[in-house]
Amino acid sequence: MSGTLAEKVWDAHVVRRGTDGAPDLLYIDLHLVHEVTSPQAFEGLRLAGRPVRRPDLTLATEDHNTPTLDIDRPIADATSRTQIETLRTNAAEFGVRIHSLGDADQGIVHQVGPQLGLTQPGLTVVCGDSHTSTHGAFGALAFGIGTSEVEHVLATQTLPLAPFKTMAITVDGRLPEGATSKDIILAVIAKIGTGGGQGYVLEYRGEAIRALSMEARMTICNMSIEAGARAGMIAPDETTFEYLKGRPHAPEGADWDAAVEYWRTLHSDDDAVFDAEVVLDAADLEPFVTWGTNPGQGLPLSADVPVPEQIADANERVAAERAIEYMGLTPGQPLRSIKVDTVFIGSCTNGRIEDLRSVAKVVQGRKKADDVRVLVVPSSARVRLQAEAEGLDKIFLDFGAEWRNAGCSMCLGMNPDQLAPGERSASTSNRNFEGRQGKGGRTHLVSPLVAAATAIRGTLSSYADLGTGRPAPDGSPLTGPAADLQTV
Amino acid sequence: MEKFTQHTGVGVPLRRSNVDTDQIIPAVYLKRVTRTGFEDALFAAWRGDPEFVLNQDAYRSGSVLVAGPDFGTGSSREHAVWALKDYGFKVVVSARFADIFRGNSGKQGLLAAQVAQEDIELIWKILETRPGTEVTVDLVARTVQCDDVVVPFHVDDYTRWRLMEGLDDIGLTLQHVDEISAFEERRESWRPATLPAKHLPPVEIKAARPVEVAIGRRPA
Repeated sequence: MSGTLAEKVWDAHVVRRGTDGAPDLLYIDLHLVHEVTSPQAFEGLRLAGRPVRRPDLTLATEDHNTPTLDIDRPIADATSRTQIETLRTNAAEFGVRIHSLGDADQGIVHQVGPQLGLTQPGLTVVCGDSHTSTHGAFGALAFGIGTSEVEHVLATQTLPLAPFKTMAITVDGRLPEGATSKDIILAVIAKIGTGGGQGYVLEYRGEAIRALSMEARMTICNMSIEAGARAGMIAPDETTFEYLKGRPHAPEGADWDAAVEYWRTLHSDDDAVFDAEVVLDAADLEPFVTWGTNPGQGLPLSADVPVPEQIADANERVAAERAIEYMGLTPGQPLRSIKVDTVFIGSCTNGRIEDLRSVAKVVQGRKKADDVRVLVVPSSARVRLQAEAEGLDKIFLDFGAEWRNAGCSMCLGMNPDQLAPGERSASTSNRNFEGRQGKGGRTHLVSPLVAAATAIRGTLSSYADLGTGRPAPDGSPLTGPAADLQTV
Repeated sequence: MEKFTQHTGVGVPLRRSNVDTDQIIPAVYLKRVTRTGFEDALFAAWRGDPEFVLNQDAYRSGSVLVAGPDFGTGSSREHAVWALKDYGFKVVVSARFADIFRGNSGKQGLLAAQVAQEDIELIWKILETRPGTEVTVDLVARTVQCDDVVVPFHVDDYTRWRLMEGLDDIGLTLQHVDEISAFEERRESWRPATLPAKHLPPVEIKAARPVEVAIGRRPA
C-alpha cells in the first residue's frame, strides 16, 4: 500500500471509519497530561462517574506553572499552587503516573516523553498543549488538543478526528555555518505564514533534515503549530533508533527487533501524493529572527525591520504597523541594531542538552553584556543533571547567567519568570505574541546560537558577529572528563 | 450541550488578523481549575484600552464576534473558548480559524462560522457605520445576516449536526466501546506503556536559588 507517513500512521489507528461525514475514531497510544489543561477534564470525568480508561497509556508532569527557583519550598503563587496540587490529587485518584516538581523525571512534557523512551515512531501522541507536535520528530502522529478532548481521551483512549491534508516540506542542501534547525523552521513559517499549515500535517524531509540530530528535529516539529499545522513529522531512521535504544521505555530484545522492523516501514512511499509541497534550499538560510508579534513575522538577521508602506497586502500591512508599534521598533532599522534586556534559553523548542551545549561552547570563557540578564532553563530535571555532569552549569554561572530548575518558565510566563512591560527579550522559545512572556513584554525568537551571541554583545547578533574565526559549535558534548556520560 | 439552530445578537467588529489565543486569554488567567468564570479574562490586555471595541457601549453586549483571518492561532488552551462563551459570545465569524480553536469551539457549543474575507469586510462596514446592529446566524441555512447583507458560511457537516442536536462527544464515542476493546486486543505488545513505570535511578534535584545578577534595562 502506498501512502504518506502521516496516512500510514493514521490508518494503523482507525478504530472505526466515519461514515456520512462523521470523523474517523482514532486510537491514542500515548496521552501526556500537565496541570494547566487537565483540571476541568478530570472534573468532567468525576461528574460523569467515568474512570480513566488506560492509565497505563497516560503520563502526567508538572511544567507550565512550576517555579525555577526554590523548588523545595511551597509555591508562592496561590493559584499556581492550587493547580499543581489539583493535578497531584487527580493523578492519585485516577491512578495516573505523575512526575512532580523535585522528581528527577519532572520537566516539560515534550522533553519527558522522549527522554523516557515513551515517544516512539508510529505512535499517536496527544497532549493538551499545542507543542505536542514536537513528538512528530520520531515519526509519531502527535498533536495538541483542547481540554474537552483531553477528557475524551481520558475516558475513551480515542479521539474522533476529521482527516488531515498532507504537506511535504523538503529542505535540500546543507545548512551554512551558524544556521540551525531553529532557523529552518523560522524560515518555513515566514514562507508559508502562520495560517499556511492549517488543516495539514507537515512532513519535513530532504538532505538537510536527514542530517539533523533527534533534538534538532524536535525543534522543527515543535514549531509546526506556529505555521498553523497541528502536526509535523519526520520519517524515523538510524538517528531515531540510535536515540531510542536503551532508554527506559524503549522495547528490548525481540520486541526491539520487531519494533525496528515496523518502524522501517514508516516513510512516505516514492509514489505517495501530498496535497501541497514546499521546497527550501538550506544553503540559502542564515540565522533568522522575528521582528513582529507572530512567528511568521521573521527575517534573516542581516535584514531590516520592514517598512509597512512597502507591504502590498492591506491586512499584512496593518498587522506589521501594529507589530512594529508594539515592539517599539523603527521601520527600516537594521535587526542587528536591536538591543535586548533579557536572553531566555530554554523551552520545549530549545531547552535540550544539545542546545545547552552549543550555548555553553559559545559563552565559555566570556562575560555576558553588562545590562543583559540571561536565564538558562533546562527543559527537564534530567537535562539539568546531565548539564551539571558535563560542567555546563559552571560555564553559564561564570558567564553571568542564571542557572535554573526545569520547566516552561519564561516561554509563557505562567510562573514568576516574566518580562516587565516594555522589556525586550531574545528568546529560544516558540511564540512572540503580544504579552506572551509578560504583559507588555517584547519577544524576538532566535536560535540558541543567536541567543548566545546576543547575550555577549547585547544586541541581536549571530555567531559570526563574534569574529572568533572558529566554526560554529554544535550540540555534541564538550570535550572533557564528563563528556562520555549517557545523554538524557 | 445546548442545541444551536439560530442566534441573533449584537455584532462586534474586531478588525485584527491573527488573533492568537494568548490575546483571547493571557496565560496568567489559565491557573483556575474551574470551567466557568473567565469573562473578565477575555482580551484582557486590550480591555485596558478605552478605544477597544468591547469598551464601547454599543458593542458591550455583543454576542457575535466578527474577526479578521486566522482567528484562534497558537496555544491549544480551551480557556479561549470558555472566555468567549462566558463573556456572552455565541458565534465567532472569521475567514480562517486555527484548527485546534475550531475543534475546541465545536466541543463547547460556540459556533465558528467561516465566511469569505470580502463578506466580512461588508459586515464590518455595517457594524462600524451603525454600531449595535444585530447579526443573525442561521445554522440550518448556514447564513450570516447583517442588515441587508446575507452571506453563506462554512462549518463542517459533523460539527453542524452535533451543534444542532446538542450531542456530547464522549457519549457518542462510548456507543462504540466494543470496537475500542477489539482494537486494543489487536495492538502490538511492544508498544510502550507508562505503567509499570521505568526510569533512570532517582537522583536528588538541587533547588536553584535566587542570585544577585545585573537586571536588564527595565523601563521606569
